[in-house]
Amino acid sequence: MKLSNMIVLGLVSIGAAAVLLPFVWMLSISVKPHAEVFSTDISLFPRSPTLQNYWHAIAETDIPLYLMNGVIVTGGILVLQLLFTIPAAYALAHREFLGRKALFASVVAALLVPFHVTAIPVFIGFAEMKLLNTYTALIIPFTATAFGLFLLRQAFARIPAELIDAARIDGMSEMGIAWRVAFPLGMPTVIAFAIFSVTAHWNDLFWPLIATTDPDLATPPRGILFFRDEESGDDIGPLMAGATLVIAPLVIGFLLAQKRFTQGLASTGLKG
Amino acid sequence: MNGSLALENVTKRFGSFTAVDNISLELKEGEFVALLGASGCGKSTTLRLFAGLETVTEGDVKLQGRDVTKASASERNIALMFQSYALYPHLTVAQNIAMPLKLRRLSAVQRLPGAHLLSAGVKSQEEDIQQAVKKMSEMLRLDQLLDRKPGQLSGGQQQRVALARALVRDPSAFLLDEPLSNLDTQLRAETREEIRAIHQRTGYPFLLVTHDQSDALSMADRIAVMMAGKIVQVGTPAEIFNTPATQEVATFIGHHRMNILPAGVAQQLHESTSGLSLGIRPEELTIVQEGGLPATVDTVTFHGEETILKLRGPNDLVLRSVLRGRSDLPNEGEQVLLGANRNALHGFDSDGKRAEIAK
Repeated sequence: MKLSNMIVLGLVSIGAAAVLLPFVWMLSISVKPHAEVFSTDISLFPRSPTLQNYWHAIAETDIPLYLMNGVIVTGGILVLQLLFTIPAAYALAHREFLGRKALFASVVAALLVPFHVTAIPVFIGFAEMKLLNTYTALIIPFTATAFGLFLLRQAFARIPAELIDAARIDGMSEMGIAWRVAFPLGMPTVIAFAIFSVTAHWNDLFWPLIATTDPDLATPPRGILFFRDEESGDDIGPLMAGATLVIAPLVIGFLLAQKRFTQGLASTGLKG
Repeated sequence: MNGSLALENVTKRFGSFTAVDNISLELKEGEFVALLGASGCGKSTTLRLFAGLETVTEGDVKLQGRDVTKASASERNIALMFQSYALYPHLTVAQNIAMPLKLRRLSAVQRLPGAHLLSAGVKSQEEDIQQAVKKMSEMLRLDQLLDRKPGQLSGGQQQRVALARALVRDPSAFLLDEPLSNLDTQLRAETREEIRAIHQRTGYPFLLVTHDQSDALSMADRIAVMMAGKIVQVGTPAEIFNTPATQEVATFIGHHRMNILPAGVAQQLHESTSGLSLGIRPEELTIVQEGGLPATVDTVTFHGEETILKLRGPNDLVLRSVLRGRSDLPNEGEQVLLGANRNALHGFDSDGKRAEIAK
């Protein structure tokens, strides 16, 4: 092995260790019994590993409810996003209409605006409409996504115009073309976008913190906060077990879809 | 008049650009028409106007005498085979061929997966469609390939799938957009014959759009030559080749580009041509012993069956002559006299229009 390779490998290993250490520590604490968590010496591996913390987190806290809320909110967001974005992206890519260029330019401009800028107006609007503390408040602000629109428009623009014309000749409606031709052909990009969307909204703490105060509506990261407040910090084991349960679906999902994820990223031409 | 499709005084403008300028063209029942022109002349736009993929700016489109100017492509029930074949890459060959029928015969609800399990009507419709797909795939020798995806097929096979998908719907007219340009020479000749055979068997009106004059000459019953958005001549292949209406058509048609002698030089070859240019096909321009046009041989290129001479005539006029099967070829740099049979001369006036000349 060449020296330069060894140096690169060494740096990557240090980076990976730095990123992974908190997770490893979390896992380690989550399987330690209560007494061992507060012992004075530090050990990475528990002396008497136990799953008791997990049992505690599942059976005696609201974490299963938070996970359920996470599924409802992220699933709702993703379904609505695809429902609106796929026909819109198809129209932007393959239909001639007045103002198409201006519309696409405004989509690109909207990419530059972080959600935090619009969060307060949206919050006030929802407050006026008495929508705060509902699933609707957690889902609706994210259904129109400039990022998804941009990503899918770019993917659909690569579909040859002749194929779209062929579908029209065959008698397919414009909506039919969006769903039966553009959607399946843009599938790698759709999957990449779905992973982005689910990851972002599963992990989102900012908006649930603003839009909801009801613990019954808490998404997983919000739920962890409620849990920490309740337990007032002395029950670290179940807290870590809960945190592990919250990130587990994403990690497992990522590992299963790893190949498609990196493929999708490569094919969208967007890096990082 | 069943089965005829016609454009009547049709103009198509994109912004200030006139792509198609007041043309009229009719596809009669059972007729094979070729629309021939260089790229950018508006022939693809004309095809899209026939198909209903573009709407006309002015004029009418008639299908079997009915006004279909506003009707969409699928309402006109026109089949179109694209240059790139435009098969659905995510569907199998069988699904590709079945698609037009499914969209035509089944409603959106009936197309849902599993609908045939619930409704006997849908089931019998789907069986009919499968039957039609089977028949079409046997006719085009695709029956072994029905479960493949288009990406797994050769170019020729993809083209047959595109043909099958176009023909399965029993169209009112069949439009072909440059169908041969993606094929190699061998396959090209076979496909020409195959398309001719399909035309004869089905009897649909065919419109072939091509930039290749030999495709048009060899396949069509009638050729419409299009230049700069206008149709400049319509006629049988023989008429187009033997009596081109303008100098532009004359130089466009023919395997070797026609020689044009400007007015002054032309009189050295034919005395009664005052003010006219003369066109002579290179195949007709031969070396004579006396009384011809003096020229110097620039290059001699051997092509097997034929030899192409590039010559320099009076006023540095570049001429080409194609000699077939001759052993007494001139050498490069040699002075020769050129002549031609009077019947092979084409006269053109100063506007480039055909002018009859005394034989």
